[in-house]
Amino acid sequence: MMRRFLLIATPYFWLLALFLVPFAIVFKISLSDAAIARPPYMPQFDWAEGIRAFISQLDFENFVFLTEDDLYWKAYLSSLKIALISTVLTLLVGFPMAYGMARAPTEWRPTLMMLIILPFWTSFLIRVYAWMGILSNEGYLNSVLMWLGVINEPLVILNTNIAVYIGIVYTYLPFMILPIYSTLERLDGSLNEAAEDLGCSRFSAFWLVTVPLSRPGIAAGSFLVFIPALGEFVIPSLLGGSGTLMIGKVLWEEFFSNRDWPVASAVAIILLLILVIPIVLFQRNQQKQQEAEQ
Amino acid sequence: MTVSEFEPWNDPEAKPLIHFQNVTKRFGDFTAIDDLTIDIYEKEFYALLGPSGCGKTTLMRMLAGFETPTEGTIQLAGQDIVGVPPNKRATNMMFQSYALFPHLSIWENIAFGLRREGMAKDKINDRVEEMLRLTRMEKFARRKPHQVSGGQRQRVALARSLAKAPKLLLLDEPLGALDKKLRQDTQFELMDIQEKTGTTFVIVTHDQEEAMTVASRVAVMDHGQIKQVATPAHIYEAPNSVYVADFIGEVNIIDGTASPNGEDTYAVKWCDNHAPLNAASPLPFSEGQKCHLAIRPEKVSISADKPEGAANMVQGKVHDIAYLGNISTYYVELPTGAIIKAQTANTRRIARRSFTWEDTVWLSWTATAGVLLAE
Ligand SMILES: Nc1ncnc2c1ncn2[C@@H]1O[C@H](COP(=O)(O)OP(=O)(O)OP(=O)(O)O)[C@@H](O)[C@H]1O
Ligand SMILES: [Mg+2]
Repeated sequence: MMRRFLLIATPYFWLLALFLVPFAIVFKISLSDAAIARPPYMPQFDWAEGIRAFISQLDFENFVFLTEDDLYWKAYLSSLKIALISTVLTLLVGFPMAYGMARAPTEWRPTLMMLIILPFWTSFLIRVYAWMGILSNEGYLNSVLMWLGVINEPLVILNTNIAVYIGIVYTYLPFMILPIYSTLERLDGSLNEAAEDLGCSRFSAFWLVTVPLSRPGIAAGSFLVFIPALGEFVIPSLLGGSGTLMIGKVLWEEFFSNRDWPVASAVAIILLLILVIPIVLFQRNQQKQQEAEQ
Repeated sequence: MTVSEFEPWNDPEAKPLIHFQNVTKRFGDFTAIDDLTIDIYEKEFYALLGPSGCGKTTLMRMLAGFETPTEGTIQLAGQDIVGVPPNKRATNMMFQSYALFPHLSIWENIAFGLRREGMAKDKINDRVEEMLRLTRMEKFARRKPHQVSGGQRQRVALARSLAKAPKLLLLDEPLGALDKKLRQDTQFELMDIQEKTGTTFVIVTHDQEEAMTVASRVAVMDHGQIKQVATPAHIYEAPNSVYVADFIGEVNIIDGTASPNGEDTYAVKWCDNHAPLNAASPLPFSEGQKCHLAIRPEKVSISADKPEGAANMVQGKVHDIAYLGNISTYYVELPTGAIIKAQTANTRRIARRSFTWEDTVWLSWTATAGVLLAE
């Protein structure tokens, strides 16, 4: 009895400690007012005045403010757009790589897998800085292209959205490749043979059999890229320019430049709500996949 | 009713539908198909029999276009088909692993090939319904393959390969997972389809009874080679080697040396203390040549008293009895220690059986009952 209780209680406790409590704290801050104090918001809970007086000072002012200044919803929309486009780009790059890995001779596969994971062994920040070196006007890419005579003027890539896309695709590629690879690897090759036997060309067999059967992997990979890309902060601030508007950057500025913790918290709460939708979809997808395998 | 003989392989004018010419297939340094030359004629029901790993599936896969021969040529209706992709061949294959599409319902699985042909919707409907009826899967049409039993999956795979009514149908163990009754029904359905549509069938089976029932000819394979190709009756009555005799049905093999003692008859010396056995053989054997006498158990009579005037007789003791319902097999131990199997029909109730364990009995057979084999 006790053991069963512990078994069920553990994940709930985890959720409570690492998600619900922080969420409640941030939510409370989002309902407060900014103040020149430490911490920089009002009201603070005071035992003497009691909980009623405390709650009566909380309000939704900051959420209303988010709707009034169009910076915020523009940042949300632009983040969604960037996350969506980079997810599609990552899929376009990742799928062929996963497919190639799954069709490679068995003895090569561990090595290929290693190569995919290898970049994680160096710091993420260093890798993004390296891209600055590659993409800048005097960077390696431009030098090589000019040396080859392909271009006369350096291409302006760094500090544009293109650099952000490149950064996101590069960073999150393994998260796309690995789930797709694991579904493709399990696919029975005789299914494609059966499709060809029944009149499909190689390509239509791929389209009618391989692609539908790798859908769970594609979905998992897309969510794993889309969800972190939406709130991405480091890549747009290092590779993006003044024109790159992403909610992660806005959030950072509210917290650290403006020191307006309540508005920053409100921004975070809304971001979370936007993310909950794809996360729930992702969960349902996972569940469906498991049911299908039984 | 008149039955005209269907024996195109005996007709020198007949052109084979499929012609394998010295085909060899190697995987690395392993030879899966070894210098194989065979002809398969139109409207044949060609059964491939052989132990696991002897190359049956590989042979089929070369016909379907999934493997290319390392050496030799394969012709379909006189045309070299090596290099023609599977989707351009008028063949359909039923895979040993079924290879049903897991993301499609059973209905859609069967319709898959028809849709690729661009057949009209209502025609596809009719054809799929017909196939479902044939394989008795109507009730399961909406289910996914993982929601039906193993035998049902096998029927779906069969239905899917039949749906396009191909010129050549390759069935890799099509009925192995079905119960006996359903298997027999399906065998007759297959023969019926074959008669109606004139499709040529190549079928792999581990069930020799099945091969006997459906096949126009049976090919016995071993280690990538064809040991014998003949009609079921011929391969049973006149196997060309001990291997084939042993593979098809039960057989007693008695080793000895031959010496001619008449026109096409030989005395087989098999044991120092016994009189030689008499056997007829159209194949010539020289004096003292090593030979093997193969006799089917049902051709050996068993009796309590010494039979009069039998060409061959030996005495022994009943060692074991296998009761199989309609027949019984007696394992009779000879004084030499060898065991000879004799089969009799159980025309009486089991309680009234004439012999029991340890009884001394006489075995006898005629001179033409056995086949004399050189190898
Ligand atoms: N792709 C391959 N690579 C290497 N060896 C192979 C390959 N395909 C088949 N073989 C080998 O070729 C031989 C013949 O295989 P095949 O599948 O034709 O056997 P089979 O007669 O169909 O056997 P079964 O009755 O068990 O289905 C086997 O020894 C097998 O291991
Ligand atoms: Mg096989």
